[in-house]
Amino acid sequence: MDSAQPIKIAILALGGEGGGVLADWIVDLGEHNGFIAQATSVPGVAQRTGATLYYVELFPQAAADAAGAAPVLALMPLPGDVDIVLASELMEASRAIQRSLVTAQRTTLITSTHRVYSIAEKSALGDGRADAAALLAQTRAAALRFVGHDMAQAADAAGSVISAVLLGSLAGSGALPFTRAQFEATIARGGVGLAPSLKAFGAAFERAQRGEAPAPPPTAPAPVGGALHPQVQALLARAAQGDSDQVTAMIVEGLRRLVDYQDTAYAGLYLDRIDALRSAGASAEVLRETARHLALWMSYEDTIRVADLKTRGTRFERVQGEVKVQPGQLLAINEYMHPRLQEVAETLPAGLGRWLLASGWPRRLVERLVARGHVVQTSSLRGFAQLWLVASLRRWRRSSLRYQLEQQRIEDWLAEVRRVAAADPALALEIVRCQRLVKGYGDTYERGLHHFGLLREAWQVRIAPARLAALRDAALADDSGQALRAALQAGA
Amino acid sequence: MAERSFAEGVKKLRLGDGDVFRGEGILAVTKALLESGVAYVAGYQGAPISHLMDVLSDAQDILAEQGVHFENSANEATAAATLAASVNYPLRGAVTFKSTVGTNVASDALANLASGGVTGGALIIVGEDNGERSSIMQERSHAFAMKSQIWLLDPRPDLPSIVKAVKLGFELSEASRTPVMLQLRIRACHVHGRFVASANQRSKFTLRQAMENPQRDSSRIVLPPASFQHEQEKLQQRWPAAVDFIVKHQINEFIAEHAGDLGIIVQGGSFNSVLRVLERLGQADVFGRSQLPIYVMNVAYPVVSAEVLRFCSGKRAVLLVEEGQPNFIEQNIASILRSAGASAALHGKDMLAPAGEYTAAELLRGLRVFLTRYGQLPPAPHPVIEIQPAAAPVQARPPGFCTGCPERPIFTAMKLLEREIGVHHVSADIGCHLFSILPPFNLGNTTMGYGLGAAGASALNATADKRVIGVMGDGGFWHNGLTSGIANAVFNRSDNLTVIVDNSYTAATGGQDILSSTADNTSRSTGHAIERAVRGVGVDWVRTVDNTYDLVAMKAALKDALTTKVKGPKVVVAQSECMLNRQRREKPLQRQRVAAGERVVRERFGVDADTCTGDHSCIRLSGCPSLTIMPNPDPLRSDPVTTVLDSCVGCGLCGEVAHAAVLCPSFYRAQIVSNPGRIDRWRQRLRGAVIGWLQRRGAAQRARWAF
Repeated sequence: MDSAQPIKIAILALGGEGGGVLADWIVDLGEHNGFIAQATSVPGVAQRTGATLYYVELFPQAAADAAGAAPVLALMPLPGDVDIVLASELMEASRAIQRSLVTAQRTTLITSTHRVYSIAEKSALGDGRADAAALLAQTRAAALRFVGHDMAQAADAAGSVISAVLLGSLAGSGALPFTRAQFEATIARGGVGLAPSLKAFGAAFERAQRGEAPAPPPTAPAPVGGALHPQVQALLARAAQGDSDQVTAMIVEGLRRLVDYQDTAYAGLYLDRIDALRSAGASAEVLRETARHLALWMSYEDTIRVADLKTRGTRFERVQGEVKVQPGQLLAINEYMHPRLQEVAETLPAGLGRWLLASGWPRRLVERLVARGHVVQTSSLRGFAQLWLVASLRRWRRSSLRYQLEQQRIEDWLAEVRRVAAADPALALEIVRCQRLVKGYGDTYERGLHHFGLLREAWQVRIAPARLAALRDAALADDSGQALRAALQAGA
Repeated sequence: MAERSFAEGVKKLRLGDGDVFRGEGILAVTKALLESGVAYVAGYQGAPISHLMDVLSDAQDILAEQGVHFENSANEATAAATLAASVNYPLRGAVTFKSTVGTNVASDALANLASGGVTGGALIIVGEDNGERSSIMQERSHAFAMKSQIWLLDPRPDLPSIVKAVKLGFELSEASRTPVMLQLRIRACHVHGRFVASANQRSKFTLRQAMENPQRDSSRIVLPPASFQHEQEKLQQRWPAAVDFIVKHQINEFIAEHAGDLGIIVQGGSFNSVLRVLERLGQADVFGRSQLPIYVMNVAYPVVSAEVLRFCSGKRAVLLVEEGQPNFIEQNIASILRSAGASAALHGKDMLAPAGEYTAAELLRGLRVFLTRYGQLPPAPHPVIEIQPAAAPVQARPPGFCTGCPERPIFTAMKLLEREIGVHHVSADIGCHLFSILPPFNLGNTTMGYGLGAAGASALNATADKRVIGVMGDGGFWHNGLTSGIANAVFNRSDNLTVIVDNSYTAATGGQDILSSTADNTSRSTGHAIERAVRGVGVDWVRTVDNTYDLVAMKAALKDALTTKVKGPKVVVAQSECMLNRQRREKPLQRQRVAAGERVVRERFGVDADTCTGDHSCIRLSGCPSLTIMPNPDPLRSDPVTTVLDSCVGCGLCGEVAHAAVLCPSFYRAQIVSNPGRIDRWRQRLRGAVIGWLQRRGAAQRARWAF
């Protein structure tokens, strides 16, 4: 019996990510350099965005000639028996480990470390992401050799596709008995998108040869510097109350948000509220979380805020970058706005807004005007002027109906936190965190506010902190409120 | 035009004697058909033999050179009925479809064909979509072979074996006057390998000769008394003829027959995996040299009793590796051994999993049990492969609608409509649109088969306050849905709604053309509107929405159909071209136009991270692959924000959803103008001056307060 073995390679990719191209390259590479190659895959509906496995075996022609027989190559990997695993994404690498394709005894694992989120992760109401750090740590530990970096970014930088980066990493890892020139000849034979493919390949090759780059130093928090406006200086001085650094940093972040949102006086109101809570005996953790959630609530998203953010120069630049506008190309930006009667009325001075909401034909007239959404081209003079005028209402924001409503809600919420802050810090913390439900616009906002109201009723009765946290999670479990209703009933 | 082009690959079909063919399994099958002198080929697409249909489509000029007639059959029943041409005439014919779903549809014709028998070789190439990632119920083609007495070939999954099986299949069919089924598992269909080619052969008898000199033989037709004679003939003449042929040509293989008193019987299709496992257990090498006797059944049906007895004689025990259930072969072999009084113990699904795919890991486990039981392997524990617990839950990636898919807005509209008029029962169909049953849409209560979406709603046709929605694709519509669903609804006075998703292709199987395709197809007749067909069978209430992305129109049409006072079947034809195909056509054109200096506008969507609050309603109403999440850049927030990848094709749904569902103002549509004209540039300068001045002023004000 002969002890010869093929080289066994598994490729885990997502549909449409070029796993097939990569398999074809490896086959071509083998066949042009003295190997018998067999490759197969299970595409089917997985081609439509699902996860796909390609499996390649390479067997030296010379060994077959010496044996005078053709090798029988397998069509699926045997767990624990794979030499090289290539994964186009981090969770796919993890899947390969779970399927025991990667072993610490023999496998070189080459993977991109970026995430392509699954539909479950993407569609969660809050944060449904898997723990990427844990995935990465496991992936590093599972293989004999690990070659990994963010290959999606690398592909993007070279104007190419991830399969070219994976091939470059494979070549650079030295896991296959082929030279760089042999790899490059394979790409050249493919023909399509040659220059960018070679560029992506080359960069990945060199990176794999160099080994891992040291992790970049963590980005420092935004510095507090420059010549400061005296009113800002005064705010910062008030913020430094001898809390822990973490608390102070969060308060400073909150101040920054509120000065940007409204003005220094409004930021002062924020500090007043924090001070009141501190006096009520709140713990550092409650203070820090309140600093965060209060800033978010006080910078509620009204039409003025949206118009302000949409018309800024920095935003225009960001969009330019995001959609990759090249020199010589022009960009037009169109916004999808759908203010309803509610938003219109709440932007008006409080009295006028209330009158409109309670009126007869004026209300119906406005309702008809805002029945359909509008597309506003912010990059045109007319569209920009519309939004710019709305943004200019900022100076009258305090008189708007929405301002009155929100400040009342905020005060009610803070009063509850203050009430239990000293006696039951854990409950105070959970009450603070319920602000997370109050976010968004339109229907989303109303749903969140409604859920917040249900939770308030619950905590006003007497509630264990853990139960309040569970109810909050239930509120974030679905759009329809079914989970929350079930959770409320279960506890009743 | 199909999703995958084989225009380059089909050149290999011209290879001559002694040339080495390198390529994919299905392409090798096509080459083998040409080398066998096939006169006609037909079929219906579906994984894993969609590409076989695509290869044939792309090879039409080569087929024509060889005098081969090729049909894109309306469905599998049509394909199977096509083999009627081999009943009276010495014409070799091959048909192909997905099994077992296609075989189900084809079985009426197959049963008639198999009863009367054939003169020319009739080959049915079935693609098996079993196990990992399969989209169909797990059943065996074997049952069809047995019930109609069609021989079933299951060759080893390498190109020389597959090519040989095609050629021998025709000969076997002719020698035994019986149709032959060639079973190809999904991995074998897509396997890349090589074989030494032979010259293509022309059919000696032509279709024209048949048409001009009709032959008939009423004893071949299924009507009494011939039908009773067929049954006798099957057992007394055709079966022995087949067995003689199989034995004579040594189609089944004996490996290391006398190497010991244990043996393994394996279907050809599973051979490579079994060999790899034996190699791991130190019982064989990579060249197939084994220390254990192996009987490879490249013919899965009929089981050749004499060969089985020969293999089992002098053996203590044999293990049968038979994938799929019921265990037809195991029962058959058990009966053969018992009748002959053979002493070998028979193992099979007592040691291997009773159901499910025989993965390499499962085979390793089962073979180890067998070999340990009979002392071929020491009982000492072998290194066990452990499944590692995942660090974080590794989540499933269910298939979903592609980026910019025109079917997505149909289900978004249904979802939004649910909020207004409540939840409806949805009878789903087969096709891309079936992805609606998965997250994020979660729409669809049952699916009864291809084209049967409307039929599946038939019983729910009582007096009620809500109607039922049947969904059907254009592929399923032309496959059978026009009669089984629409005409049935007319005749039975249904009051339900059928939504016909018309994306111009059979998209799920790879974008093949059908009657209602709008593309010009040089060899097929297209452009037959679905609405005309629907009206033709008597539906009066029909709405065609010719832009599914128009969510308002889409929703209005559905709402109207579900709430109108008008009685009778309602049909909404939701019509927009498959985005995958559209992009494949338009992207290269756009690049050319940009390169030629023409003004080209590209659109895509984006999300402003600073106004996105991380609720992801937009994703729950869309599920587009280019709509995803990223870490929140805001230090105060932790929920990830929505973001749009550059793969966005600007279909417009995100904006429509933001409007229709009153979501949030975070979405923007960017229009990127390449090679802008003079007016564009002049306008841009004016805008830049005014807007830029205002923006700089705002930035300066903010800078005063910045820290």
